[in-house]
Amino acid sequence: MNKIISVIFGFLLVLSFTTNSYSRDQIKIVGSSTVYPYATVVAEKFGKSGKFKTPVIESTGTGGGMKLFCAGVGVNHPDVTNASRAIKPKEKALCEKNGVAEIIEIVVGNDGISFAHAVSAPDADFTKEQLWRALAAKVDVDGKLVENPYKKWSDIDASLPNKKIEILIAPPTSGTRDAWNSLVMGKGCTKTAKSLYDAAGKKAKKECAKMREDGYAVEAGENDTLIVQKLTSNPDAYGFFGYSYLVSNKDKVKAASIEGVQPSLEGIQDYSYPIARPLFFYVKKAHIGVVPGIEEYLKEFTSKKSMGNRGYLSKIGLVPLATDKYKVTRTAALDLNTISIK
Amino acid sequence: MTKEERLKKRHSAEKRFRFYGLASIFLALLFVLILVHNIFSKGSSAFMKTAINVEVFFDQELLEIKNGASDDEILEADFFDITIESLIKVYPAKNVEEEDALIELFTTDAEIEIKRAFLENNNLIGKKINLEITASDDIDQLHKGNYPRDIPEDRRRISDFQLVIYDNLVENQKIIKNFNNYFFKNGDSRDPELAGIGGALIGSFYSIIICLLLAFPVAVLASIYLEEFAPKNKITDFIEININNLAAVPSIVYGLLALQILLATIQLPRSTPLVAGITLALMTLPRIIIPCRASLKAVPPSIREGALAVGASKFQSVFHHVVPLALPGTLSGTIIGLAQALGETAPLILIGMVAFVVDIPSTPIDPSSSLPVQVYLWSESAERGFVEKTSATIMMLLSFLIVMNFLAVYLRQKFEKRWN
Repeated sequence: MNKIISVIFGFLLVLSFTTNSYSRDQIKIVGSSTVYPYATVVAEKFGKSGKFKTPVIESTGTGGGMKLFCAGVGVNHPDVTNASRAIKPKEKALCEKNGVAEIIEIVVGNDGISFAHAVSAPDADFTKEQLWRALAAKVDVDGKLVENPYKKWSDIDASLPNKKIEILIAPPTSGTRDAWNSLVMGKGCTKTAKSLYDAAGKKAKKECAKMREDGYAVEAGENDTLIVQKLTSNPDAYGFFGYSYLVSNKDKVKAASIEGVQPSLEGIQDYSYPIARPLFFYVKKAHIGVVPGIEEYLKEFTSKKSMGNRGYLSKIGLVPLATDKYKVTRTAALDLNTISIK
Repeated sequence: MTKEERLKKRHSAEKRFRFYGLASIFLALLFVLILVHNIFSKGSSAFMKTAINVEVFFDQELLEIKNGASDDEILEADFFDITIESLIKVYPAKNVEEEDALIELFTTDAEIEIKRAFLENNNLIGKKINLEITASDDIDQLHKGNYPRDIPEDRRRISDFQLVIYDNLVENQKIIKNFNNYFFKNGDSRDPELAGIGGALIGSFYSIIICLLLAFPVAVLASIYLEEFAPKNKITDFIEININNLAAVPSIVYGLLALQILLATIQLPRSTPLVAGITLALMTLPRIIIPCRASLKAVPPSIREGALAVGASKFQSVFHHVVPLALPGTLSGTIIGLAQALGETAPLILIGMVAFVVDIPSTPIDPSSSLPVQVYLWSESAERGFVEKTSATIMMLLSFLIVMNFLAVYLRQKFEKRWN
């Protein structure tokens, strides 16, 4: 027995030596599942162009990606992390603590969260306040905070359809939910409710984003394809997901207008569509020159043929940056400009 | 209640019980049928791919290389012009937009496919050949009937003009269905028509081999020692209880363990079959030890006593007589354990196997995905073409599992001795 154990440990030890000293010739990327479809397309094109191996991309979610990215410098840590929101101060502090001092921030493009329903259901138009009222755990009625009393859309506003409220929501770990919380739940929250929370000594931002748990908002998991399927089979239900899923499933689902605006490339680009957000990725500068191909990957990703108005990423639903913002991003990618992490 | 009534009651109770038993078996079979039908009806089309017959003329004007060029020269040469020229000849397009729409009907790898044809025969310049160029996934899905065409144009991914071309191609019998070799050969891809399980198959293969190499000897030796040599006392009882407990520990816990020890402490590379194999071995170990011990226990004591009686040592009696008799049960237990490991996804998520890997891994320390993980990844993809790919991958995984389980049953029935 002892012999076997020592053999196994010896085996592991040898492995750890051999793999510790190995140098990586393949870019490693982690992070957001919203950026994943775009990053994988770029990675594949990059790999096919010849000189370098195709980067390996792991979809860990924005938060998980940041944790791995900020864990340290060296070939055992990823080179790039994708994010569907900007890096948080807490994560910057973690990076700094672990010696990841120089980070390059690249804005990839924009994504509009579409609030969609089956094509068979009639067109709809919602305001942010209506959406907040339909989803929030507590709403203000006659100047008081009460448990969400609305059962039908028409209870919220007589102009809305006389249908049961049924919304499929993304789980709290998803970046889409984060964005939805800040753009819809935060902005749609009424002033009365906010002041009531303030008066009670609670954080209004956090309380406004709490979703109801009485069966009208259903958590549907990270799988956006599944949400599309569920919407198709139930014309009364609504769900939200990234714009690329709307583009790919035009025959099955349709987006509701938000404050009278339909999600569109132009609307998301100039943020006239109310639930649009930028997407990012972050690069560890210390790895440039150590792992081959990072600079070239940056160039490929930020080139006009991928990120530009008629680039291949726009075909799968990424909304390109406006010209001035594109210039900033392109310069950052070429000059390897780092952001401050203080 | 009379005697007859009581008898009747007892008989009807038995009848009811039989009916319930039958009903539950049928219900279970029905669910299996629905599942299998669902997977097969969605997935079977993935084994075929749609291709479009294109006449390619290798015009010296458009190519920088000459007949008889070496492989390296061909690989570096630009085949873009010749690709575009050949593709737009399929249908008379009037302007650049129409040409773009036409080119969209083909896979993005059309250039590589033409290049490959030239690699096979480097004497083609000045000649015309017919090539079957893979169609884009939209056309593929349309041709397989998975994508509706009777909906308004703005809700379709294929424009009216592209439909006209498609109908024309179908009429001229230019659209062909081929065996989908990409599905088995290629790694993952964002283009469904190019995506394959090649990388995932190799990844799974390496993981399972490493798992087998680590788990099998340790499990067999541990169970022989525990069953034959270890004294029966509190310590061995404690070990036995723990082994049973470990077999019931959810697999994700082993993933966390591997994350902490293999990745964080020993610093093995993430997303590799090596780490997956070690993790799966840890998980499978107790699941193999239990059937191994059971099959050793099933060997009657008379065998051991007989061997000892003619003067064999304890070691000889165990290894010459008991172990060979227990081997069929041991092997089938191992195979079933490995089959479980093959279908395992949860621990692999934690060690980074849920990754987009295009290159086929050549060694166990190259990043790779595995079959169940590939199912998970594709089920999340937005593109329609991945629906059938997901089901087809499940079909492959299921067939491996069925083969392994059959092998286990076969080994047991063929070689196992019955002691009655």
